[in-house]
Amino acid sequence: MSGRFRTPSGGRVDRDKPVRFSFDGESYQGVAGDTLASALLANGVHLVGRSFKYHRPRGIVTAGSDEPNALVGVGADDARYTPNMRATQIEIHEGLVAESQNRWPSLGFDVGAINEVFAPFLGAGFYYKTFMWPPAAWKKIYEPLIRRAAGLGRAPAKPDTDRYTQVYAHCDVLVIGAGPAGLAAALAASATGARVFLCDEQAEMGGSLLSEKTAMIDGLSAGDWTARALAGLAARANVMLMPRTTAFGWYPHNFLGLCQRVTDHLATADPKLPRERLWQVRAREVVLATGALERPLVFPDNDRPGIMMAEAARIYANRFAVVPGGTAVIFTACDSAYRAALDLKAAGVAIAAIADLRAAPGGVWVDRARAAGMEVRAATVVTGTSGRLRIDSVSLGKLGTDGRVGSSDTIACDLLLMSGGFTPSVHLFSQSRGKLVYDEVLRAFLPGTSVERERSVGACRGISDLETVLNDGTAGGSGAAQAAGFAGAANRAFAVDGDSVGSDGFIGVTPHGGDPSRTRAWIDFQNDVTEKDVTLAIREGFRSIEHVKRYTTTGMATDQGKTSNMNVLGLVSQTLEVPLPRVGLTTFRSPYTPTTFGIFAGQSRGDLFDPLRRTPVHEWAAAQGAVFEDVGLWRRAHYFPKPGEDMHAAVVRECRATRQAVGIFDATTLGKVEVVGRDAAELMNRVYTNAWTGLEPGRLRYGVMLREDGFVMDDGVVGRMAPDRFHITTTTGGASRVLAMMEDYIQTEWPDLDVWLTSTTEEWAVISVQGPLSRKVLKPLVEGIDLSREAMPHMSVREGRICGVPTRLFRVSFTGELGFEVNVPAGYGRAVWEAIFAAGQAYGITPYGTETMHVLRAEKGFIIVGQETDGTVTPHDCGLGWAIGKAKKDFVGKRSLARPAMMASDRKQLVGLLTVDPKAVLEVGAQVVADPNQPIPMTMLGHVTSSYWSATLDRSIALALVRGGRARIGTRLSVPMPDGPIAVEAVEPIFYDPKGARLDV
Amino acid sequence: MLLITCPHCGPRAELEFSYGGEAHIARPVDPAGLDDDSWAAFLYERSNPRGVHAERWRHLHGCGRFFNVLRDTVSDTIVASYPAGQPRPVPSPDGKGTTR
Repeated sequence: MSGRFRTPSGGRVDRDKPVRFSFDGESYQGVAGDTLASALLANGVHLVGRSFKYHRPRGIVTAGSDEPNALVGVGADDARYTPNMRATQIEIHEGLVAESQNRWPSLGFDVGAINEVFAPFLGAGFYYKTFMWPPAAWKKIYEPLIRRAAGLGRAPAKPDTDRYTQVYAHCDVLVIGAGPAGLAAALAASATGARVFLCDEQAEMGGSLLSEKTAMIDGLSAGDWTARALAGLAARANVMLMPRTTAFGWYPHNFLGLCQRVTDHLATADPKLPRERLWQVRAREVVLATGALERPLVFPDNDRPGIMMAEAARIYANRFAVVPGGTAVIFTACDSAYRAALDLKAAGVAIAAIADLRAAPGGVWVDRARAAGMEVRAATVVTGTSGRLRIDSVSLGKLGTDGRVGSSDTIACDLLLMSGGFTPSVHLFSQSRGKLVYDEVLRAFLPGTSVERERSVGACRGISDLETVLNDGTAGGSGAAQAAGFAGAANRAFAVDGDSVGSDGFIGVTPHGGDPSRTRAWIDFQNDVTEKDVTLAIREGFRSIEHVKRYTTTGMATDQGKTSNMNVLGLVSQTLEVPLPRVGLTTFRSPYTPTTFGIFAGQSRGDLFDPLRRTPVHEWAAAQGAVFEDVGLWRRAHYFPKPGEDMHAAVVRECRATRQAVGIFDATTLGKVEVVGRDAAELMNRVYTNAWTGLEPGRLRYGVMLREDGFVMDDGVVGRMAPDRFHITTTTGGASRVLAMMEDYIQTEWPDLDVWLTSTTEEWAVISVQGPLSRKVLKPLVEGIDLSREAMPHMSVREGRICGVPTRLFRVSFTGELGFEVNVPAGYGRAVWEAIFAAGQAYGITPYGTETMHVLRAEKGFIIVGQETDGTVTPHDCGLGWAIGKAKKDFVGKRSLARPAMMASDRKQLVGLLTVDPKAVLEVGAQVVADPNQPIPMTMLGHVTSSYWSATLDRSIALALVRGGRARIGTRLSVPMPDGPIAVEAVEPIFYDPKGARLDV
Repeated sequence: MLLITCPHCGPRAELEFSYGGEAHIARPVDPAGLDDDSWAAFLYERSNPRGVHAERWRHLHGCGRFFNVLRDTVSDTIVASYPAGQPRPVPSPDGKGTTR
């Protein structure tokens, strides 16, 4: 037996397939087809959680994704644990482990329920009012306390071991929702040959038809018609059926996010399957068939376990074969609850009374209830309930014509069903930026003007009669296919034998006659917001519905106000005495229901998070024990420690070797662009500060590039290979930016220039050989190039061969020593590197990494764009004024350099800093001041941009940007640190070989 | 994600493109001849309209070409796309297309 409350027959569950699962450590049995909610109800379990703020016992309220209360954590271990799942959506499987949330030590006895005692102090905005003082207590005491006491589930403590995938897909018609309207739409649209996707958040498609027992469609029962419709759709090759798939978000141009749950419902899943798939669907047309959600009634103590939506109880009885109680009282403002009462009575539930808010309920459903012997009380309200962990009685009161509530009587029951009518689900329509209109007759917001290519059909646009819904769906499906360019759409009419339940309902707080300051009528179960909180917010001056929402927190969290929004609007409208549509609506945000982070991350985890760029020399460096660092997407050798060396020792050794003998450095990551064409030099003149016309082929020049606003953007050495050909190098991180900027200018500003750009970053491996012995190392390897001082001076480039491989050999130095950069095709990079390294053994060749490169360049005062510059530094500021071609009429950024602010003498300028104590090494980013004794806040002059220990000079060196820095050279400054100020002297930003004698060899 | 029509390749998803700011702001032919205010206006002042906006896009992960798009900043509707260098088309009265 699968639970005491399972009906002996009927429903869509499979009684022959028992399923064992556990909830809060207790083992239960359900059957295949159960949700966790239906299986718990079948076992008589109504208490499933504690409320957010007051830790009130809470039960299952709905049967769908709008469930505000029954939030559980699912997963046997932390690597597969998911919090805040709705029990109404979880399909049980053998071995499922679920637990309740927000309770300690147990669900039945929860210490946090003490908050109930303090309830008078925990009203709307209590965070802002109560925990004001002292300020220091917020972080240490209040916040941790509140975080522990309030809240939803806990985050899993281990990384997610599941896999998630992402799919892009296109379709002609996307139908969202597979209830009667959606099925009819999909049938009509797919009949034209259009490619149709039909998605539904539930495991089984059919929506309301799955719990429909009496209505007949075209002579078939609702269940049989649904089965035939689904079989027909499945047989069409142009249809994809997507159950367990929630359309959670709508993005511009009919781009929708769908989350498909692939394996959560399986006890053992094929390990090749992902847990979930993110479908990113571009649909020509969308048909929204998202249905409507039943609205709770707001009355005193309406939140006890055993109080449930009437339609949900009908779904549990008809679809899941579960009786949610023995004796029910029904509180309603519409006919659909009568239909539910009749179905529940048929399932064996005693109906003690039906309290109807309406003065004179009548019509076919009311008559049927009366004929079935049910006591129908017109103009009657619920004034209170009792029962600690489950409702045990309901107090009813007569609603007078003057609006006053008369004396009560109390009825014992274990189930209270409520229905305030239905709210059309316009979430996705609203996300698509369509405009909602308020329908005075239906008292509902309905889809109005569309922005995207979509249409709404069925209950989500206020239609409740089944026959009308089916025909509306058909018309919508045909219309969508036609709009997507498919001919042959035909409208057909369905014939339904069954009675409509009308569209009555109630919005707001029902009259209850209680003292408003003492009664507690929950308007938002999930966020524990009561009638009183909302009226308090209004009394305190909050008028905008968006402000009321934020102050009271109503409509937030996982259900996004699905059950509460309309009643809050109704209450605000009642209290402020303004018509409901004028209160306005809060924004419907995606996701429609919570989604995992996993689907957004997809495969972008671990090694696949970001692409990794490695140079041809990478494996060699790794084998040498290099320590790497990430520079953009590149992985570069940081330093090459010998056994027992730390970074400091390794860098000292690498620096000495390069200054005294020869070092070898992998500069492959430099960006490279080939500029070719008759107007190549003209383009260079326009985008660089330097003059290029006079540069002879075979020569190199250091170039500086500005943005149009005059600030340094990039720099690098450029070789003129031929009159119409330049070989540009850029910074490692700036390559794509530089190429994009140059492309932009030649495509949009100067399309008349005859010039072409090609990125060659990946084509060349660059082996930098630096140091006084570098020429000796390279000489025997080179063919066709004379490396002598006279034939190949500093800043020249020659083409020839090295180790038999074609090369562009630069004589260039970023170290201040005699040096060469050997460019070879990337595929030969490793071989040439190893050949040079072997040839250098006789001279003590030493591989060095980026740290040594930085130290050596700082000793020479060479800047690094992005370190000495930050987007607010002009060439003059960083000492590159010499690189500006004075005779040039124009170049990108030139006009900006003439603005007064760019020529001010107190701009931050590059200086060197020498600590008075030569052993003290400054911190990069430390502030520079003139007077360390000035009271705080001190006048800050600038900051340290680079700082190193220089083995060559046996002291520390630093570069800094300092206000009016050029004029301060020779003066004392100070760098205040937590341990006290460090005295420094401002000097010229060059520390080694200022005349460049070491280059001219 | 927007669906953007590259005039050279056809409709493609937004992630193939990079945005390039407002269109039809030509670099002055003689920057040196402009006063500071005019130059600052060229550098920094943009129209930022509520409604149809002419903007530059580049089909970066496609043909690499820069082109212009008229996009409604309220609805994200793309009214037109056209090659760089062509004059801005005039939106049709219904805002859904252009007249030339």
